[in-house]
Amino acid sequence: MKTVDLSKTSVRELNQALHDQAQTCTEREWQVLQPAGKHNLVCGLDQNLSIDIQGHAGYYCAGMNKKAHVVVHGNVGQGVAENMMSGSVRVKGDASQSAGATAHGGLLVIEGNAAARCGISMKGVDIVVQGNVGHMSCFMGQAGTLVVCGDAGDALGDSLYEVHIYVKGQVKSLGADCVEKEMRDEHLQELAALLNRAGVNEDPAQFRRYGSARELYNFKVDNAAAY
Amino acid sequence: MCGIVGLYLKNPALEARLGELFEPMLIAMTDRGPDSAGFAIYGDEVAEQSIKLTLRHPDTEFDWEDLAEQAKTGLSASLEWFQNANVAVFKLAADESAARQWFAEHAPDVLILSIGRSIEILKEVGLPVEIAERFSLASMQGTHIIGHTRMATESAVTMEGSHPFSTGMDLCLVHNGSLSNHNRLREALRREGISFETENDSEVAAGYLTWRLRQGDTLKQALESALQDLDGFFTFTIGTRNGFAVIRDPIACKPAVLAETEDYVAMASEYQALTSLPGIEKARVWEPEPATVYAWERQGQ
Repeated sequence: MKTVDLSKTSVRELNQALHDQAQTCTEREWQVLQPAGKHNLVCGLDQNLSIDIQGHAGYYCAGMNKKAHVVVHGNVGQGVAENMMSGSVRVKGDASQSAGATAHGGLLVIEGNAAARCGISMKGVDIVVQGNVGHMSCFMGQAGTLVVCGDAGDALGDSLYEVHIYVKGQVKSLGADCVEKEMRDEHLQELAALLNRAGVNEDPAQFRRYGSARELYNFKVDNAAAY
Repeated sequence: MCGIVGLYLKNPALEARLGELFEPMLIAMTDRGPDSAGFAIYGDEVAEQSIKLTLRHPDTEFDWEDLAEQAKTGLSASLEWFQNANVAVFKLAADESAARQWFAEHAPDVLILSIGRSIEILKEVGLPVEIAERFSLASMQGTHIIGHTRMATESAVTMEGSHPFSTGMDLCLVHNGSLSNHNRLREALRREGISFETENDSEVAAGYLTWRLRQGDTLKQALESALQDLDGFFTFTIGTRNGFAVIRDPIACKPAVLAETEDYVAMASEYQALTSLPGIEKARVWEPEPATVYAWERQGQ
């Protein structure tokens, strides 16, 4: 295992060393010490690496991740795993706003709470939050799954497309065009599989499902001529 | 953009080290605000019938001793003073309005940065590290301190436009964000007798709180009213003589992180600014919720 101490090495050097693994992988396991809330840690990876960040990270941690598996042993700032393509990111603490924003794939697990706009404009990622999510979560979410084991803030799923949202606790309010939907067997199976992948011990039967009513302007074929 | 930081001590044993603990926090926020910086420190409190003024003159050679002698006679008050770079702190046995009036008449070039029993505000244009060094921040003592590093948006890069802003006794505010309704609100507050030194939006927020507190609100009530009446983006940190508060607007685009241990409560725009604090690894660290007032006050004072 390779250890990088960020009190001695710059973030740019760390990220470059990790990018260098994309061509020829010489080291699968990495440990990052003294992250000290620094921004843009382990961004833009493109290799099947396993990375442990020992402490709190700043903004855009593990952004644009492809293939790598990142665990943050602390909190993260805004935009963790933003635009992730594949792989996984696990946050042991809390995440600030816009966690998993625009992410296309992979798995994001937040063991604490996520703040506002979790999963904003998500495009295929699976997100599991063990705590609560803030307001406007999943705003304009297009594809993927958002699972919230705690409560959701105001305007959940506003202007939603095809994301499946599962919430165990209270939803403060639903956003425009987001409605509660029937929890059928296929959804229980989907949720059980995702909770299993995330390593979260919850009973799928205790969750409610939310999704798009598909009533907004952009869902009406009659409006297609306007473009 | 702007960076804001605050440190409120719960353990009196740390009071001698307040400036030393706070200096790296302010400097850590240089990336968020490199054009000017400032801080408001609370401590060295004067007696109940006295006030403390932080005064600034652009000339570092200004004759403060002469002004102190004049003020002593003019206000018929006992006076102690000390100088720190181009700023002086006058401790006077006088009331606020008499002091304001006397300085306006007799020393129009001298700007009053703060008035209160405990507060001292120091701010200038320049990098946070330069401001910290100029005023010897690291050697300062006190109970709590809030600071700001500025990247100007709503008004010019000037000393007057830098934070913290104080519009009332011992009250000050630092702001990350921008307010949309500050012009109309400033006019409304002027009619209520609140005076403003600048065209800055954040000063209006400080003035608003001064007005609400004058109306009899508690700090918590004043901040809850601010959520209704201020339109725009904000994370505020507010200092009072014995307290410290943090509030974010309901949309909460502007960042904030809080940390608490048995020894202190610390606030910063980013966690990076907290990493130098003792025991931070074990602190409870969390993001304050939108539209929620977080306040800490010393009891029995």
